[in-house]
Amino acid sequence: MGEIIMENNQYIMGIETSCDETAVAIVKNGREIIANVVASQIESHKRFGGVVPEIASRHHVEQMTLVIEEAIKQAEMDFSQIDAIAVTEGPGLVGALLIGVNAAKALAFAHNIPLIGVHHIAGHIYANRLVTEMKFPLLSLVVSGGHTELVYMKEHGHFEVIGETRDDAAGEAYDKVARTLNLPYPGGPHIDRLAHEGTPNINLPRAWLEEGSYDFSFSGLKSAVINAVHNAEQRGEVIAPEDLAASFQESVIEVLTKKTLLAVKEYEVKQVLLAGGVAANKGLRTTLEQVFNELEDVELVIPPLSLCTDNAAMIAAAGSILFEKGIKSSMALNANPGLDIAIHN
Amino acid sequence: MKILAIDTSNYVLGVSVIDGEKVIGEYITNINKNHSVRVMPAIEALLKDVDVKPSDLTKIVVAEGPGSYTGVRIGVTIAKTLAWTLNIPLVGVSSLKVVSATVGRYFNGVVSPLFDARRGQIYTGLYEYSAGQIKTVIQDKLILSKDWVQELIERDKQILFVGNDLPLHRSVIEEVLGERARFAEITELNPRPSELALLGKDLEGVDIHHFTPNYIRLAEAEAKWIEENKNKC
Ligand SMILES: [Zn+2]
Repeated sequence: MGEIIMENNQYIMGIETSCDETAVAIVKNGREIIANVVASQIESHKRFGGVVPEIASRHHVEQMTLVIEEAIKQAEMDFSQIDAIAVTEGPGLVGALLIGVNAAKALAFAHNIPLIGVHHIAGHIYANRLVTEMKFPLLSLVVSGGHTELVYMKEHGHFEVIGETRDDAAGEAYDKVARTLNLPYPGGPHIDRLAHEGTPNINLPRAWLEEGSYDFSFSGLKSAVINAVHNAEQRGEVIAPEDLAASFQESVIEVLTKKTLLAVKEYEVKQVLLAGGVAANKGLRTTLEQVFNELEDVELVIPPLSLCTDNAAMIAAAGSILFEKGIKSSMALNANPGLDIAIHN
Repeated sequence: MKILAIDTSNYVLGVSVIDGEKVIGEYITNINKNHSVRVMPAIEALLKDVDVKPSDLTKIVVAEGPGSYTGVRIGVTIAKTLAWTLNIPLVGVSSLKVVSATVGRYFNGVVSPLFDARRGQIYTGLYEYSAGQIKTVIQDKLILSKDWVQELIERDKQILFVGNDLPLHRSVIEEVLGERARFAEITELNPRPSELALLGKDLEGVDIHHFTPNYIRLAEAEAKWIEENKNKC
């Protein structure tokens, strides 16, 4: 057979700068990663104990074109082969989002290709489509530093938030508990690691909220952890950090898993997708795998670690669906730090 | 030779295209409205009106600051990305120099441009024309306006003040410098993007990837961190 040039393929460039990662990727047909570049600023923010917005914005300006160039080089492509530029328009840090949005606009304008604004959480959910095809209806458990949500999808591009946190996001609770235990920033991975070395022998609350609610609340749990440490200190005792981490993690995972399971049954979904940075948590992954192993007609999808944390391949994957639907943004696209996923259809 | 100039460093949004020796298009607004929403549509509309395609551009000139951190970053991000992806040179010019260049050209004396930087502070510098070229006399910096006028008191030349934030500092200036201080008219206070293009026209392109805004100031968290850690080693 001679060389057949198939030009039916779709190539989307994704750009993501909503927090402290400058990321650019190229995805083929919404499913296949051709290039995926992430420049992390985490080392720079560590000394401040968290992400400093102004410093994040400054880093994005420094990294943006370098990261775009690296992605184009990795893909061995040029812009004449790119069908659209998809970019995170929100939610996130406004100053950080603005860098990606304006770089995306400049690229789309320079090459006269469509610009597509993408919701960051839609991106996290679509990271799963880089692993396996989505089967509707589905449920996505989104857990990250800024979000804890159960999102129901009856078809592509349709998002219904059926439960969300009323106070802290799960990731936030992890960071705060890590600070109480004097663990370095970011604390999540440290708690996860400690939890595996300890025993969950400390009694901590689980916030189930009202009957039938899929909402979450983690601030009570966080306070209970802080109190447990203080009370022990006053009694002159020391709680083993491993045991506290294990007890805290058990509470978070139990609530996340049980609520997901209830929603899976009520909404009769075919698939459960784990999404967001906390999806990198080993304890959560293992528990979900155990629970869903027993359910025959529900498929659990957990993306590899590199696709759970912020990246641009997920933005390109989500943008691919909008591109197919003919949804485009104009040159007036703005960064929207409080963007709502439900109206983003 | 078609140069696109972009200035979003303060409330003024400016875009221009010069073609050889001719300013073929210029767009300026001076309102407190979102640059991120408006600047790309402004570039798109202006280029369309003057029949210039992005691929026709031969150079990008951007106002590099000082000014609003977010504002400067929007212009610089667009300028860097356009220059890199169109494979054309990028040049940055001081935002203070731009606003000085037009008023200073036929003025016999020095020009002190200023942008308000809150709490009595200003971003300023000192500029002067010599042999038809604008020269930097004092580098752009951040200073209290009351300290700045003291610094200028020794100069024997007339000083022309320019910038949209003049009303906030005019009395401090007049009090100390009296008759030696001159103030630009309101029609001269907006930096002209065509002037920006002209200032960058003959300058050599910079390293696009490593070009950064001139913030003048460190990020607050960084300054604090350095302050807290300067006695440690
Ligand atoms: Zn994220």
